[in-house]
Amino acid sequence: MKVELRNITKVFPGRSKKQNEEVVAVDNCSITIPDGKLIGLLGPSGCGKSTTLYMICGLQKPTKGQIFFGEDDVTELAPENRGVGLVFQNYALYPHLTVKQNILFPLQNLKGEDRPSKEEMLKRAYETAKLVQISELMDRKPSELSGGQQQRVAIARALVKMPRVLLLDEPLSNLDARLRLQTREEIRRIQRETKITTVFVTHDQDEAMSISDYIVVMKQGVVQQIGKPQEVYDDPDNLFVAKFLGTPPINVFSGHIKDNTVFIGGEGVLRTKSAPDGEVYIGVRPEGFILNDSGALGCELSRIEVMGRDMSIISKNDASVNETIRSIINSDIKADPGAKTVRFDIKPHKLFLFDKESEKRIRFEVE
Amino acid sequence: MVESKQKWKAWLYLAPAIALLLVFTVWPIINTVRMAFLEGYRGLEAANGQTFQIGVENFVKVVKYKRFLSCLKNTVLLCVLTVPISSFLALLVAVFLNSIKWLQKPLQTVFFLPYVTNSIAIGMVFAAMFNIVGSFYGTENEIVVTAGIINNIIEFFGGKAINWINYGSSYIANITVMVIYIVWNALPFKILILLGGLQSINKQYYEAAKVDGTSRTRIFTRITVPLLSPMLAYVVITGFIGGFKEYTSIIGIFGESMGPADDAGRLNTMVGFIYDAIESNNQGRASAAALILFVIILAVTLINLQVSKKSVHY
Repeated sequence: MKVELRNITKVFPGRSKKQNEEVVAVDNCSITIPDGKLIGLLGPSGCGKSTTLYMICGLQKPTKGQIFFGEDDVTELAPENRGVGLVFQNYALYPHLTVKQNILFPLQNLKGEDRPSKEEMLKRAYETAKLVQISELMDRKPSELSGGQQQRVAIARALVKMPRVLLLDEPLSNLDARLRLQTREEIRRIQRETKITTVFVTHDQDEAMSISDYIVVMKQGVVQQIGKPQEVYDDPDNLFVAKFLGTPPINVFSGHIKDNTVFIGGEGVLRTKSAPDGEVYIGVRPEGFILNDSGALGCELSRIEVMGRDMSIISKNDASVNETIRSIINSDIKADPGAKTVRFDIKPHKLFLFDKESEKRIRFEVE
Repeated sequence: MVESKQKWKAWLYLAPAIALLLVFTVWPIINTVRMAFLEGYRGLEAANGQTFQIGVENFVKVVKYKRFLSCLKNTVLLCVLTVPISSFLALLVAVFLNSIKWLQKPLQTVFFLPYVTNSIAIGMVFAAMFNIVGSFYGTENEIVVTAGIINNIIEFFGGKAINWINYGSSYIANITVMVIYIVWNALPFKILILLGGLQSINKQYYEAAKVDGTSRTRIFTRITVPLLSPMLAYVVITGFIGGFKEYTSIIGIFGESMGPADDAGRLNTMVGFIYDAIESNNQGRASAAALILFVIILAVTLINLQVSKKSVHY
């Protein structure tokens, strides 16, 4: 099922008369989610990603705009009539019901012709349980399950009624690091097997990048960029997106362009074919540095961290916005940890220019 | 060394509370048991140095006493009628209040008024509502000044005035008035507890239910009530314990006669029975009755706990 948000805006009224400032949680947001894909809504807390999810779900009504499931306008439809499955951040499993009863619950709500027979309900519950691999836990109470198992039960409960769209709100944030890695693979597998259009919300860019078909980066209610994870990473539209994606994060320098040359501090690091003169931010991905004794950019060496196949060179530069610059280089290359300065060349496709005022990307061609 | 000093300090801090508990709770309990098993114990005679034999005569006398069974019947009847009714009503009111946020503040005062008002005062108001001023039965010239607001309402809708609490009233009418009064009086505390319970239920359960298209009745029976069951159990258990101690409400409606004028003591309860015994300087009998009441409450509470263990979830 294709999901389309058209110019969605959500305004929350002020809390009281004293605080009557409206909060614009989502601002004129248009997203198209292709059928059968897994989409990650990504952004820092308070960026409106959860609100967007709840509007797709129907628990919140958009102030303006329309939501389409396929060709159906569902904007005015109540959640139960939309055919969505929602997995809450803390799972919201009914604590007094067993796993089986929890999974059966949405089916037992069905009325009339839609309501399957008892045997059919049980069959579907067990099939779904098998899909998320909790068949042996059916008679337990949620309190007797681990976090990861509860998560699976929550997904099973959302899937058992065969929703048109599956929505996951921060599905992994309550799990420990190891389980998180496992579970995200699991979500990916389940989504591939069921081919249900899935939207999930996360603030963890690593999570979003690793399992999404597409990511939607949001900031303060505004969609910043939509695209395949690698494309967004390689070609960010603005400084925020560049900074938000990537671990370790991108290194940002304050610099300027003069006569088609990009300067960091006083050093020209790159020649371009065409770029307007002016003050800019220069972003360089950690993997964009090449160690070279006669390189264009000189930095004060702080320390070198070797981690298996890679090493990180931590250095300082007056023009750097961040306190330190972290560059990742293949550990086969030898670097002298005792040296005072270190010099780099910069890979042109790992260097991004941003307008200093608008922080928008300035695209350029390398000479 | 340091530890024993700390312990000494701890006991010192606890001393005021312990002293009060010993004097006003522990000793009276022990003394009650002692008096109950001293045959024919009377406070005045005991003060004069008379000694009493140990035995169960007090208990035998209590059980054989002509009013005892009626007191027990009244107590149990009021309990069995009022606790379920008030608990159920409190649940409905709490759910209703919880669903309309803007009404909560103004209504809070209204529904909490019975809790902070003296129950004797409320009793007098209720008595006035049900009271018939003037002569209703027995005289040739019936002169009714007012039949009470409740009867006025009944008559307004074409019904016939009922003699609720006056001379010649029926036992059923008496009990009905008591049930209405006790239920009304018991509601605020229960509503408060249940409302607190409702507000502590995670809203996401309701959102999840909404997404799954759960009907209102099903949300109530399958989510709200089970999740509220610990609070419901608490309300029912404390309701029964309070119900067995019912006394002031009867005084409030019927005054010290504990019944209509033609049948004083008809509505007396266990606690009333105990007070009567004390007033007639028969502490032995009062203590024995108190112990019997204690055993009944203990038994009922144990049954309640057993039942709630099975039905209260998580």
